[in-house]
Amino acid sequence: MSAGQVQLDGHAEDHGHHHHKETFVTKYIFSTDHKMISKQYLITGLIMGFIGIAMSLLFRMQLAWPGQSFPIFEAVLGKWAPDGVMDADVYLALVTIHGTIMVFFVLTAGLSGTFSNLLIPLQIGARDMASGFLNMVSYWLFFLSAVIMVISLFVEAGPAAAGWTIYPPLSALPMAQPGSGMGMTLWLVSMAIFIASSLLGSLNYVVTVLNLRTKGMSMTRLPLTIWAFFVTAIVGIISFPVLLSAALLLIMDRSFGTSFFLSDIFIQGEVLHYQGGSPVLFEHLFWFLGHPEVYIVLLPALGITSEVMSTNARKPIFGYRAMVASILAIAFLSTIVWGHHMFISGMNPFLGSVFTFTTLLIAIPSAVKSFNYITTLWKGNLQMNPAMLFSIGLVSTFITGGLTGIILGDSTLDINVHDTYFVVAHFHLVMGISALYGLFAGVYHWFPKMFEGKMLNKNLGYVHFWVTAVCAYGVFFPMHFVGMAGVPRRYYENTAFPMFDELTNVQVLMTVFALIAGLAQLVFAANFIYSIFYGKKGPVNPWKSNTLEWTTPQEHFHGNWYGEIPHVHRWAYDYSKVRENGEYIIPGQDFVPQDVPLQEDEEELNH
Amino acid sequence: MTTLLTLAVLILVAIAIWQMTKMFEFSQLATSNNNAQVANDTDNKYNGYLMFGFLIFIYGITIFSFWKYSKVLLPESASEHGAEYDYLMFVSFVIIFIVQTLTQALLHYFSFKYRGEEGKKALFFADNDKLEAIWTIIPVIVLAGLILWGLYTWTNIMDINDEDDPMVIELYAQQFNWTARYAGEDNVLGGANVRMIDIDRANVLGLDESDVNGADDVIVKELHLPVGRKVNFEMRSQDVLHSAYMPHFRAQMNCVPGMITKFSFTPTKTTAEMRQNPDVVDKVKRTNAIRAKKAADGVENMDPWEFDYILLCNKICGTSHYNMQMKIIVETQEEYDAWMKSQQKFSQTVAAVQ
Repeated sequence: MSAGQVQLDGHAEDHGHHHHKETFVTKYIFSTDHKMISKQYLITGLIMGFIGIAMSLLFRMQLAWPGQSFPIFEAVLGKWAPDGVMDADVYLALVTIHGTIMVFFVLTAGLSGTFSNLLIPLQIGARDMASGFLNMVSYWLFFLSAVIMVISLFVEAGPAAAGWTIYPPLSALPMAQPGSGMGMTLWLVSMAIFIASSLLGSLNYVVTVLNLRTKGMSMTRLPLTIWAFFVTAIVGIISFPVLLSAALLLIMDRSFGTSFFLSDIFIQGEVLHYQGGSPVLFEHLFWFLGHPEVYIVLLPALGITSEVMSTNARKPIFGYRAMVASILAIAFLSTIVWGHHMFISGMNPFLGSVFTFTTLLIAIPSAVKSFNYITTLWKGNLQMNPAMLFSIGLVSTFITGGLTGIILGDSTLDINVHDTYFVVAHFHLVMGISALYGLFAGVYHWFPKMFEGKMLNKNLGYVHFWVTAVCAYGVFFPMHFVGMAGVPRRYYENTAFPMFDELTNVQVLMTVFALIAGLAQLVFAANFIYSIFYGKKGPVNPWKSNTLEWTTPQEHFHGNWYGEIPHVHRWAYDYSKVRENGEYIIPGQDFVPQDVPLQEDEEELNH
Repeated sequence: MTTLLTLAVLILVAIAIWQMTKMFEFSQLATSNNNAQVANDTDNKYNGYLMFGFLIFIYGITIFSFWKYSKVLLPESASEHGAEYDYLMFVSFVIIFIVQTLTQALLHYFSFKYRGEEGKKALFFADNDKLEAIWTIIPVIVLAGLILWGLYTWTNIMDINDEDDPMVIELYAQQFNWTARYAGEDNVLGGANVRMIDIDRANVLGLDESDVNGADDVIVKELHLPVGRKVNFEMRSQDVLHSAYMPHFRAQMNCVPGMITKFSFTPTKTTAEMRQNPDVVDKVKRTNAIRAKKAADGVENMDPWEFDYILLCNKICGTSHYNMQMKIIVETQEEYDAWMKSQQKFSQTVAAVQ
């Protein structure tokens, strides 16, 4: 703690200088204030999310009504939808870019980037990130990569279309697929920049959490949000560089004639010179990031849920230490399970056995987390704020989606459902929808912190949640059956196989639900934009929460606290704590913020 | 179907409208109160009830899906290891459904039961080692069982050996079609590499013409398998990744350029037998009804369908990925022999071109 102490003293002396004059550019564009950067991440992420979700609606329409002409296709896709009929190549492009945008730009940067930036300094009691400058660079690299990804949509031959996993040789050879030309080059460039951004951000988070905690904020007093962001950042630092190397080697194969991933290829009437490489190597490198990435997406959502659920249940999170241990276990295991994406890739079947073992192990900490959430609700006094609803929804989809992971993680059972819609249903529920719910829970909960006390409209929030919750199951539950009927994913249409004819009406059902879900997001968008400008200011601590961010004033300035940074005297979960006589610790108030010293004859329960 | 769909939509719209009206009601009531956007007892109550309703919805959609869509699932397995696969799948699903039903019930029931009320006290309950031990150990035991069983089956399936005199067949993938190569009388595939492809000499798979093992190889576009005979597949791809997916046999393996991947299974039911399977008969009937209706509406290629085993590509491979298929016919040994006799050997094909 000595480092934190020194930092604290330093701030105590110089907190006055934070009130310097700011111009529009330094305040809103090249800001080094973590709160502004977090808003930049959020808004960029939401815009990318709008694009990603819109794409999914387009290809869902194609799946439900294959080969039909829609004016909207012609309007949006232009030459790729002659007479309003979607082209097969652009279908694959939409699937690819939807996956890329949702996984990386929305759920990695939009979720982790937003809330790590907002909450780490505020909840640990720091005036800003360890390096505000690196933080700013991190955002602007992310922005640049998002711009490049969007630009790639307008390339002559189309954007990358080899699936978000961009397996070579398909992604390496422009003659294999039009999207593997300029579109794929831009995809790789964009991702390389994205990785740089992510690494700068993650390093900053780790350093900040380790060094800038306020006095009394020991690691075991950290809110679970911070634990989740901290561990996520570490996982990112370990795994993202491997994706960078995969991307660089792929760039070399594509542009400089190396053969890392390519060998023995005969295409369009000629033999290519590549010899000795292996696409399986790429799969290993890709999934060494790709799988931890799932948890990079999910852990922050789980962290947010822990915090939101505890606050709104007016109860401590059940099993704080078990929750931390689960986060650590999930993070560790997540780096040694990547092979379960490759059971039938041609790698040694013995490796398949190993990865089955590690994969099913990861179900244990996940189960512990689910049970702990459920127990947190038990005998609570649940405040059904929109953030709480999304948190409960997250646990629901996390369980539903997680359970089918037991099927997919079993190498035997994977054989027949691998790459079918069963997989699509599984991961959308367990990481897509769950992480999105985490994102929404975070936005509803911390909107007042982000926008100087303004609150989102709760009733629009309820509409948003309930329609989304119903539709999410409506889309992805029947999808399991489509997968078990043997329908492969990434098929432009299923009409080439009469055995899939009777599944068309399931596709229609899913698409209708998806379209309604899309509309529900517009309710959120309207609420979000309206509330930024015209939202009513709420109380300083609207959810009666214990964590430090609610001790800051509503208005924003660089440095977070006017005076000294509050010291921490307890963990973050003293909700409804009572004395022996049944009275609340602070009479008339069911929560004890972290900066309140231990009261007389109060015992600090060592959780 | 359409009625149910309409019903679902109507219910959703009704909920939306109900909430909207409530919203306006409240926004007028509470303009002066700065706690307006924090949930109050009314919100807690309504949303608590909705949570309970949502539990019923989850159960409902589960039952609906099973009732309505169970019939679209794949028919019983047509391979030897497939029976074991199906059984393991069944047991896993039973476990999953028990856990799903219980946990969702607890989650949503608690959300309903403990919905907030002004003045109610929550229980400060932060820890319980016994409970946590229980729900750590139970998953450990259940998963250990599943892991062991799964691994045992996996090792059996993936042990590709020469016991029981297997037939060797090469599956060759390219954008966007499949080719099969039988090893011929010697049951040994001739050496091959894409560098030896010579389209002009009809050597489309790049066989080594100097390799005697390859002379009797038979190259075909339709896969015929004798029932009850183990088949060892060796898979190659000439351009990008493909995946040989034979769902009726619970079989799948990627085809990787630059390497040979393997999978093995024994077909146990002929195509003719499978066509008599009641599930398949029903499916064909349903499908043909749909096709007849579409044909009447003027949709092309809607001839009546007859069931066949099929090989699909299941790894994204480009524009026509969605239509990369090959018919598989499982037949009796006699039928197979007769078919094989009518096929040309590689040496004959090459000789014919010269």
